[in-house]
Amino acid sequence: MTLTKRIIPCIDVDVDDDGNAAVYTGVNFEDLEYTGDPVEMAKRYNEAGADEFVFLDITASAEGRETMLETVSSVADEVFIPLTVGGGIRTREDIKETLRAGADKVSINTGALERPALIGEGAEAFGSQCIVISVDARRRFDEGGEYYAEVDGESCWFECTVKGGREGTGTDAVEWAEEAEQRGAGELFINSIDADGTKDGYDIPLMKAVCDAVSTPVIASSGCGGPEDAYEVFTEANADAALAASIFHFGEYSIEETKRYLDERGIPVRL
Amino acid sequence: MRGQRQTVAEVAVVDYGLGNLRSVTRGLERAGAAVDVTDDPDTIVDADGIVLPGVGAFSEGMDNAGPFRELLVEQAEAGTPLFGICLGMQMLLTSSEEADHEGEGEVEGLDLIPGTNVRFPDSVKVPQMGWNTLSVQRTHPLVSGPGAADPDGTADSDRSVDGEYAYFVHSYYARPDDPDAVVATTEYGPEFASIVANEAGNVFGTQFHPEKSGETGLQILRNFVDFCADR
Repeated sequence: MTLTKRIIPCIDVDVDDDGNAAVYTGVNFEDLEYTGDPVEMAKRYNEAGADEFVFLDITASAEGRETMLETVSSVADEVFIPLTVGGGIRTREDIKETLRAGADKVSINTGALERPALIGEGAEAFGSQCIVISVDARRRFDEGGEYYAEVDGESCWFECTVKGGREGTGTDAVEWAEEAEQRGAGELFINSIDADGTKDGYDIPLMKAVCDAVSTPVIASSGCGGPEDAYEVFTEANADAALAASIFHFGEYSIEETKRYLDERGIPVRL
Repeated sequence: MRGQRQTVAEVAVVDYGLGNLRSVTRGLERAGAAVDVTDDPDTIVDADGIVLPGVGAFSEGMDNAGPFRELLVEQAEAGTPLFGICLGMQMLLTSSEEADHEGEGEVEGLDLIPGTNVRFPDSVKVPQMGWNTLSVQRTHPLVSGPGAADPDGTADSDRSVDGEYAYFVHSYYARPDDPDAVVATTEYGPEFASIVANEAGNVFGTQFHPEKSGETGLQILRNFVDFCADR
């Protein structure tokens, strides 16, 4: 018996026309598709064996933030597994508010890139365990950085992006992951702009580069098309958790089915 | 999942700082407790049971819990059930390597369960974050006893959590001086004490978060609330 690999459904929370929380799921961070009520969805996933949840506020607006905190509280009152909440967190006060609403961890992306000291401030005040640094990485095949990975026979590096992958920062994603760890991040949440929404599998070169560089747990995200992709990211990259959205939302695969597939192949999972 | 139970005991959750107290409160309520999240000494003294929650660093936790030290020790000695969760459990021990690690010298724990908290070796990813298995070593009201579905009926199988998964987030673990203080163990690199209790049985703690451990965690909270009600 040992620590299990985690399967995490990700729920993107938006505000519908009536001001209620609504769940959408995206393809390449755009073209959002509606899938339902976040609290109901969380309950269903919990019963299906989800190991924790990630909720992302994709509106990044004041209205979205308020809706998100209400949603987090409603979910925390019903579902007794860990909740990570992200989207628009930029200050120590944002972190505190989100934890008070019932989140166990906050996922910080742009807020930490803009002001890296936020990581240490959050870790000191609330503990490293609740500070998750989220990275939206994309492959760069040009000479803006130092090559250390290979995709389809071509050398590349990975760059941190902001604004859902639309804007590059020039910062190397793996170096940033290492820095975030040193500053006190308790977990890293790695998204791939290239793999997102493709269902062609996780970006293994990216996940491997990050997992090899850090010793804090890594949640692999973007590109999961089925149980075999989760198997691949656990065995090839040594990720600690596999996050997926659309394959679970649309019932293509159940969480239980995914875990059984992994269990049969010797990956420790909670069944 | 079972719904809300009838209220059977009053539980005080000691509010000495920051973080998510909502989940532990709701979990205890679901388990049949009337919960006060409080820093008021009288409320703590009047409660049937006390929960010492905690996340973050040992020395900061002890700093924040400092004003409650005497009160908690008195209540523990009077026999009131005192349940430490995560850092709250580590604080029940005498000391922690963490304080030294941070260069802050010796920081005294509550010393209700003699022992120290030590860091995981570098051979494993630190923190341990996620679901791991409980191996129950002996009987205690919090977990019933060893044996998930004991055919001889020596363990109350409805209440047992032996072999179940719980949710952990921690870099340090408890090493009690007395091996009998270990109620359950978990393996992560070394096999470590995931549930500890004092000799009298009324002071105990879980390294994992029962309020985040799904149905297994709720069972532990129900066992705790029943234990408080029985006194």
